[in-house]
Amino acid sequence: MSQELVLNAHNLKQHYHVKQGLFKPEATVKAVDGVSFTLDRGKTLAVVGESGCGKSTLGRMLTMIETPTEGQLNFLGEDLLSLSKEQQKELRQKIQIIFQNPYGSLNPRKKIGSILEEPLVINTQLNKAERKAKALAMMAKVGLKTEHYDRYPHMFSGGQRQRIAIARGLMLDPEIIVADEPVSALDVSVQAQVLNLMMDLQQEFGLSYVFISHDLSVVEHIADEVMVMYLGKVVEHGKSEDVFTNPKHPYTQALLSSTPQLSSDKRRQRIKLQGELPSPLNPPSGCAFHGRCQYANERCRKETPALRNNADAHLIACHAVEEERLENFSGAA
Amino acid sequence: MSLLKLENLSVTFGQFRAVDQISYTVNEGEVLGIVGESGSGKSVSSLSLMGLIDYPGKVSADELSFMEQDLLSMPETQRRKITGSDIAMIFQDPMTSLNPCYTVGYQIIEALKTHQGGTKKELKTRAIELLNLVGIPAPESRLSAYPHQLSGGMSQRVMIAIAIGCNPKLLIADEPTTALDVTIQAQIIDLLIDLQKQKQMGLVLITHDLALVAEVAHRVIVMYAGQIVESGPASEVFSTPKHPYTQALLASLPESAAGKARLEALPGVVPGQYDRPKGCLLSPRCPYATDHCRNVVPDNQGPLERQVKCHTPLDTMGRPAA
Repeated sequence: MSQELVLNAHNLKQHYHVKQGLFKPEATVKAVDGVSFTLDRGKTLAVVGESGCGKSTLGRMLTMIETPTEGQLNFLGEDLLSLSKEQQKELRQKIQIIFQNPYGSLNPRKKIGSILEEPLVINTQLNKAERKAKALAMMAKVGLKTEHYDRYPHMFSGGQRQRIAIARGLMLDPEIIVADEPVSALDVSVQAQVLNLMMDLQQEFGLSYVFISHDLSVVEHIADEVMVMYLGKVVEHGKSEDVFTNPKHPYTQALLSSTPQLSSDKRRQRIKLQGELPSPLNPPSGCAFHGRCQYANERCRKETPALRNNADAHLIACHAVEEERLENFSGAA
Repeated sequence: MSLLKLENLSVTFGQFRAVDQISYTVNEGEVLGIVGESGSGKSVSSLSLMGLIDYPGKVSADELSFMEQDLLSMPETQRRKITGSDIAMIFQDPMTSLNPCYTVGYQIIEALKTHQGGTKKELKTRAIELLNLVGIPAPESRLSAYPHQLSGGMSQRVMIAIAIGCNPKLLIADEPTTALDVTIQAQIIDLLIDLQKQKQMGLVLITHDLALVAEVAHRVIVMYAGQIVESGPASEVFSTPKHPYTQALLASLPESAAGKARLEALPGVVPGQYDRPKGCLLSPRCPYATDHCRNVVPDNQGPLERQVKCHTPLDTMGRPAA
């Protein structure tokens, strides 16, 4: 399959201004601070990181739920941010989002049929019968039965609700699906069903996914490329195999070593991270990770590392990697 | 010596059996993992140990004893002296299980005062000691902090401090790290295991994260729809599962599918209140189910330390016995 660029984000930023009180100056939270990436058709880009690292904010910017403070967003060659409202509305249909919590993202007062048809009512000229036919066809695709058309969301289990949410996202034939923690509210056996479904649909429709997750084992399975974020910045970005077999950034290494492993031979030497994610209101100077990093030196405390190409499209933002101060990361303990 | 012994414990809500005749023991210094999906009864069974099941829930058991004392027949006042001091519990969501209206110090001291007593000064020293033990920096100043001023990881450390305050012999941790990030989860689990070794506590770790249990537990119990379907030493259960459900759970983890495009998914969902099958509860979802499975409820098979509730337990190759 030839590589076709669908989405190109350049230096996306989202800064929020927060009032701290009557007499205090306004503070700025840099939720996302200069994120760039490209996404090819039919590929999956995973965005991983701990809570508060800006991965959900990134997802909201891609779907234009929020307008970025700065940066460019190119979708199939068109700059989304400089278009008129009308054109934006048109293109917005092609980038859809699936949310984390299937219990909260479906309107409890609407039947499944009308939930699925609502995007069509708003965005297309289809008549009632055509809409129903399309909804039923989509329900069959995601593994729901015809009789579910007239039911309410509370009558479904979590896995089925996530299927409904996926079906809703697909109603307008999108190119890109932004999936914000789509399986983290589900049990493992149901999680496997939903992941399989997402991979099948990707094959069938040639979808591109931006898969936001904190679960590294899920990401390893589904992603082609992985982007690791820490406090609004990308710290490592590369092909999934590269990042998982040969993580370079100390934070990625710590994340991987903290993830419990089923088989003892896959377990890595645990790197103990001290402390917690610093407050985004008052981020540390230099490299945001230096307070928890065992390799931090004077330079890390002062100078913010840039994202550098390490080898074969494997990008890392770390002074220690650049200066080759890093000890070899043991794959297995 | 066994600390806790359960024999055919059931918890019912009206007609619905949330926990269905489960039996297990916890020994001193042992880490027991209880795994299962949501709705499998793992939390309800632990709440019943703490006496936290309210009307209309009903707890019944042939035996429920802690250090040879029968918990069910003893008067309520006496049971309260045991729960909270000798048996302590940590809940899933640290942000909601602390009272937002009181300071952290007040909440730690409250538990100490009820169970151990002492002067104000002694209690305060002990509270600082505890916060130190669970790795909270500057504990003196944290005593006057309110829960909203703490992060999730910090709140869970405070919960642990409260739980271990009276030196419990048995600690029940119900999904202690589910609400936390992986790096914080690693910190909290290390802390729990360190404390467990230091004090030779029995630790019951309830979770849906199989890999976590595989890493830290000595023994493991797998629950499905209120029943224990398999139990045994953690390494054995995870390397050679005997129950089809355990096998399917393990296979559905993304890390088991290395290299393969599709995950092995177990079809269907856990049966609810009204669609409980007649025979084996797994039979509608089990790939190996026979007519016998669909009609007759299986008994526990195998020796006491490695039990499986299945008509045709799997052999070491993962195939059902003939």
